[in-house]
Amino acid sequence: MAETEFDLVVIGGGPGGYVAAIRAAQLGMRAALVEREHLGGICLNWGCIPTKALLRASEINHLLGELDSFGFSAKEVSFDAEKVVARSRAVAKRLSRGVGFLLKKNGVTVFDGAGRLAGGGAVAVAEKDGGTEEIAAPHIVLATGARPRALPDIRPDGERIWTYREAMVPEAVPGSVLVIGAGAIGVEFASFYRDMGAEVTLVEALDRILPVEDAEISDFVQKAFEKQGMAVHAATMVKSVEKRGAGLVAALEPGGDVAVDKVILAVGIVGNTEDLGLEGTAVRVERGHVAVDGAMRTGEPGVYAIGDLAGPPWLAHKASHEGVLCVEKIAGVEGVHPLDPRNIPGCTYCRPQVASVGLTEAAAREAGHDVKVGRFPFAGNGKALAFGEPEGLVKTVFDAGTGELLGAHMVGAEVTELIQGYAVARTLEGTERDLMATVFPHPTISETMHESVLDAWGRALHI
Amino acid sequence: MPTQILMPALSPTMTEGTLARWLKGEGDAVEPGDIVAEVETDKATMEIEAVDEGVLGRILVAEGTEGVEINTPIAVLVGEGESAADIAEPAAFAAPAEAPAAAPAPGGNGASPAPKPGERIFASPLARRMAAQAGLELASLSGSGPRGRIVKRDIEAALAKAPAAPAPEPAAAPSPPAPRASEAPPAPESGTVAVPNTGMRKTIARRLAESKQTIPHFYLTVDCDIDALLKTRKELNERSDAYRLSVNDFVVKAAALALRKTPEANASWTDAATLRYERVDVAVAVAVEGGLVTPVVRDADNKGLAEISAEMADFAARARDGKLKPEEYRGGGFSVSNLGMYGIREFAAVISPPQAGILAIGAGEKRPAVKDGALAIATMMSCTLSGDHRVIDGAIGARFLAAFKGLVEDPLTMLL
Repeated sequence: MAETEFDLVVIGGGPGGYVAAIRAAQLGMRAALVEREHLGGICLNWGCIPTKALLRASEINHLLGELDSFGFSAKEVSFDAEKVVARSRAVAKRLSRGVGFLLKKNGVTVFDGAGRLAGGGAVAVAEKDGGTEEIAAPHIVLATGARPRALPDIRPDGERIWTYREAMVPEAVPGSVLVIGAGAIGVEFASFYRDMGAEVTLVEALDRILPVEDAEISDFVQKAFEKQGMAVHAATMVKSVEKRGAGLVAALEPGGDVAVDKVILAVGIVGNTEDLGLEGTAVRVERGHVAVDGAMRTGEPGVYAIGDLAGPPWLAHKASHEGVLCVEKIAGVEGVHPLDPRNIPGCTYCRPQVASVGLTEAAAREAGHDVKVGRFPFAGNGKALAFGEPEGLVKTVFDAGTGELLGAHMVGAEVTELIQGYAVARTLEGTERDLMATVFPHPTISETMHESVLDAWGRALHI
Repeated sequence: MPTQILMPALSPTMTEGTLARWLKGEGDAVEPGDIVAEVETDKATMEIEAVDEGVLGRILVAEGTEGVEINTPIAVLVGEGESAADIAEPAAFAAPAEAPAAAPAPGGNGASPAPKPGERIFASPLARRMAAQAGLELASLSGSGPRGRIVKRDIEAALAKAPAAPAPEPAAAPSPPAPRASEAPPAPESGTVAVPNTGMRKTIARRLAESKQTIPHFYLTVDCDIDALLKTRKELNERSDAYRLSVNDFVVKAAALALRKTPEANASWTDAATLRYERVDVAVAVAVEGGLVTPVVRDADNKGLAEISAEMADFAARARDGKLKPEEYRGGGFSVSNLGMYGIREFAAVISPPQAGILAIGAGEKRPAVKDGALAIATMMSCTLSGDHRVIDGAIGARFLAAFKGLVEDPLTMLL
């Protein structure tokens, strides 16, 4: 059991960990990555990517139902759930192999196994094949991600009560689904199953769905869901879920009993802090996550934590950025700053899509800003109408004094592809003047972004 | 090489005189100590002695000329083997009585020379707007963004740490790239504590380093007998509770009046032209937590002692709270720094660019003094002028100090 020395070891090969390892290698470090399951982590294998493949299928199913409005007719259109799932898995597998290739190309040594701190800069790797190996490095980055939060009384059984994992590989689309939790994961599954034809009930304990989004956006999405035939219950608790016959009965409070075939749990996530050898170290675990500073340092010298393990927002791109800045700090790269959470866009791929960056209007007011708010509906946009997607809204929140873009909140078709325009503006610290001076091409849905900014100053042209 | 003979200040209050008579003619040999000319002042006729050896090469001011300001060149002495032909045209010599045509200065006093072309400051649009709204000069900040770009956090840090940036900020002074402030201070060795540099400290560091590196400082010291001043102060303070004059208030007023009398010292150097200020605005250094600020007493020569005193008290209080407005500490043509209250006997201050002078005031202390040929005790205060030699020649500085000393020693003349 020879101890192998590296400059940096990353435990966890998700979008935080593998990016950190690649960046370390780019900076000339001897980097190692320890991954217990599959490269790319949840994001690539069981999260972001495969769900997008599924949602593409459900979008097609939805559009097939709209064929008439485009002048088409088709008979006996159907889908095979197995094939839909198989496609999703194939996409994930292909990308996972791609990550392995990238790591190899950059000279990162990959260990297949579970890593844990072994003290004194050592990492013990319990390898998949049963062997153990000890490796060591002065810098150890923990990037083990997170897993779904469990409810004490509603335990997933893999059969009728699902987590994201089962929900992603259904053998067939159930007749009815209850989704508990209306954060990004919950509403995406709700949207997927609704567009695949299931009766969907969506329940959220907080007072509105998508609670981290701007209230107007939450409201917009709820109305759109209800229009699609979804039952949406905010400020509602699920007291119990019981098996009855071949299905389930969930007791909602308020709301009474609801009979469904399946339940999907999506009530948040907790960090994978166990079995990491944190006991006896100065690494602090707070509310299920490892506490870090702006440079991702834990309390233990030489030990860092990034991504979901280090706390919300639970977003792959946040993990990747933290991985890069953590490694660059270690390497002494100049001009590295802590990630500003207000510059991290969030995207939710339900239908209609939701994308946002920065502060909500309420948060901006709470922070003491005198705000100017602009809105522009997709109904005033030529491309959206031609596209057959007239439902959408772009809301922008500015500081009235400095013109800083405090937040941008979008709902509608393709907004997840558009939000980075506002993210760039925020990162470059543009003001309303710069956004007004930016030429948005016609005809695009992005024109709504321009109009929303103009509207904040009462200058919108097409409304 | 040719040497100028300047109109001397023959008494502390003398500002100009009449060149009554030349005792040497052009071409005459001159020895140190020789009387070369006679000058009439308002008080007496006095003689000008030669300091250097040489030949009176050229007489610049004819006999009988009235109103010749002190320090005006009146003749040129040439060395052995030189001739009058070696004398550069008078225009080449500094400071004829008329002010050189100053470059049009925006806003009169406090005028900052325009930034040099090519000195682009990289700052985000938001940072620019925030700086403008807060009255911060971008040139005074170092950027922490990509490639040194000034971003929002730099403005916020500057506002949080130094609500009042010290000293007038020259838009000109093309600063060498400011030392990049790294996010985390370097790990201190044991026994050392790394105190993060505040925005104010960085500004002080940059500007004073720039000052000492680029401005040719020279220093002149005078000792002022302030017994009369202390007496006047006491009498005035006893008359009313509406004000409480400090020695420093007198100093500010005297410096302002001396600047009025010596406009050459109330000026700034630029490569294109020396900018002389029409107004007399005196910046006064005030120590605050973590540094110092220099609020400016505007038009100090036209203000009464009580007014100056009230202004300074207000400035000092608000400076300590960090509540000075940028327009209150920007600009100023000249500075006064007083460490007398700390018991400092005398010191030489660093010029705050773009100004050309700073007067360092020491403590008033009882010292042996010779009065009327006998040893006596007088309260003496040593004052040192740091001058930018590109603008202020030694004689100009001496003339300023003579005027200042005269006012301080005879405070009633401040009323004139």
